[in-house]
Amino acid sequence: MKKNITIGIPKAFLYYRHKILWKSFFTNLGYNIIISTDTNKETIEIGKKYSIDESCLASKIYLGHVSYLKDKCDYIFIPRISDYGKGEKVCMKFNGTYDIVKNTFPEVNIIDCNIETTKKSNEFIAYAKLGLKLTKNIFKIVYSYIKAKSKEKKYQKQQMIKQQIKLNTKKLKVLIISHPYNIYDKYIGEPIRKILNNMNVELIYADLLDKKIAKKYAKELSPTLYWIYSKELIGAIGYYQNQVDGIIFLTTFPCGPDSLVNELMIRKIKKIPITNILIDESNAEAGIQTRLESFIDIIKERRNHND
Amino acid sequence: MIKKITFPHLGNYYIPISYLVKKATKCKVIIPPPITKKTIELGSAYSPDYVCVPFKYNLGNFIEALDKGANVILQAGGGCRYGYYAELQEKILRELNYEFEFVNFIQNNRVSLLSIYKYSKKLNKKLNVFTYTYYLINTFLIIITMDKLSIYPRENMGFEKQKNSFINTEKKLLKELNQDNQNPIKIIKNYFKYKKLFQSIPINKPKDCLKVGLVGELYSLMEPYCSNNIERKLSQKGVEVHRFTTLTYLLIQKKFKLKKYLKRSKKYLKYHLGADATESVAISQILAQKGYDGIIHIKSFGCTPEINAMPILENISAEYNIPIIYFSFDSQDSEVAINTRLEAFYDMLEQKRNKSTTKN
Repeated sequence: MKKNITIGIPKAFLYYRHKILWKSFFTNLGYNIIISTDTNKETIEIGKKYSIDESCLASKIYLGHVSYLKDKCDYIFIPRISDYGKGEKVCMKFNGTYDIVKNTFPEVNIIDCNIETTKKSNEFIAYAKLGLKLTKNIFKIVYSYIKAKSKEKKYQKQQMIKQQIKLNTKKLKVLIISHPYNIYDKYIGEPIRKILNNMNVELIYADLLDKKIAKKYAKELSPTLYWIYSKELIGAIGYYQNQVDGIIFLTTFPCGPDSLVNELMIRKIKKIPITNILIDESNAEAGIQTRLESFIDIIKERRNHND
Repeated sequence: MIKKITFPHLGNYYIPISYLVKKATKCKVIIPPPITKKTIELGSAYSPDYVCVPFKYNLGNFIEALDKGANVILQAGGGCRYGYYAELQEKILRELNYEFEFVNFIQNNRVSLLSIYKYSKKLNKKLNVFTYTYYLINTFLIIITMDKLSIYPRENMGFEKQKNSFINTEKKLLKELNQDNQNPIKIIKNYFKYKKLFQSIPINKPKDCLKVGLVGELYSLMEPYCSNNIERKLSQKGVEVHRFTTLTYLLIQKKFKLKKYLKRSKKYLKYHLGADATESVAISQILAQKGYDGIIHIKSFGCTPEINAMPILENISAEYNIPIIYFSFDSQDSEVAINTRLEAFYDMLEQKRNKSTTKN
């Protein structure tokens, strides 16, 4: 492949989980990358146009981002993930993203990688295969992957430490259980984070907890859970539940895994106040503001009472 | 305490399931009352709002069965979020203050025959591997018989000369299969007997009748109440209906056929879409190539794997010029709306057929 190729990365779904890895992997290999803009009203409108009505808001946003990138780069990077090992499956949406994009935008060039550990294609092999599509130099690929991966790990550790420091404040602390692609999204999560910050609440993010610790705690809370992304989020409840004042679930409509997992957790956790916020395309901010305010009032009262 | 076992409904499959449970555990089996409006109302009252609809039906079944006196609940299923039903359903029922034992046969997201054996052994000390295998063979034979004998009626039901003759024969067959003293020879004999009976029903079938295939999510396909009995309604309009998803396929054939399906539809698919969505795409393509008149895709609202398949089905529809209609079921479906859409689809197929014949 010739040089000066630009690879587009949609700023949605797993971007928020793997952004360091992806960015540094492709730049280490010597390719330019372009990342789509933050989600805005237009992204959602376009995404809605291209998707099936019933798909979840997050996947509509994903297609909006792909559409933004389609004539700005040579290739769009779309990973396909099935599982990270036995009992570590992911939501079906990630099984199908590649084929959905391919069939919705037939004219787009896609480079993909397939992570399916139960079928002998773990993360390393998947990225190595991906690299071979771009360059023949296998050493360069391995080096890029290892370097990118260690950078990602370092970044995650830093985030985790930052979060630990946050836990020591005297402010009200609220644990946010939400997929990274929801809470860090400009359109879905950002308004909510802003509202909470304005109310002087410290936000603890479930996804920043170390994955191994999270999995251990998740097993205690629910033995049969097999979606890895849910497991990691639920584990945070077990880990943080004695250190926070309240828990907020943030979900987009109609998220398949969350529909069951959130309900189960709300029924299981009785010690802390919990609220479940469901966001759809219309995103009525005023309604959410009222709900958040009353929730914060409740946990404030509760804290004063306990003191 | 005497154990009374119950399990969720799935079409007529309560017959083989109750046979296996009865024989293997030697306990009393309480089959939940047939699904009615009350079932789904009970189920959705205690379910999360936007969970897929099989969850609500199962929960309704459980509540009705528990009210009838059951105290052991069996749940099995997997592939998608189906595999996660059990834990939440148990939690909901416990909070409703029911006393029961909840048994989940899902291990690693798959129904495991071994765990069924182990559980049965606990209840019935006399059970050994051989008798269990014998019961299992009978169970599978019943399932296969039911599935094989449902193909012919589905294709010809709309053309019967005497009304309800297919339905009456089917009822007799189910009665025959729903007996406790089964053995392989008896089941196979019944299979041939009823095959002949079905074929001897007088029909008046034109050669070029409309042919429609059903694809989609397993529960809506196999549980007639859930889909407002779309399959039968279509048959009775005088359409040859085909459906490929059966319990036989899911339990036995899927392992062998899935790879072939992916290869066959490689023009549209590179990877598996999860659950039964790959089949939906592959079978739709096969139907289109075979020259069917239309495809009906049905699923419960929010079924992620089937939603994955839908953009691909649209492409198949455009490429082969075959109409596809999408139905999505929830707990509150108006039957009138479904009938109207079905009728419109039927009229459209008929017009399309007439147009193409006049052209030639």
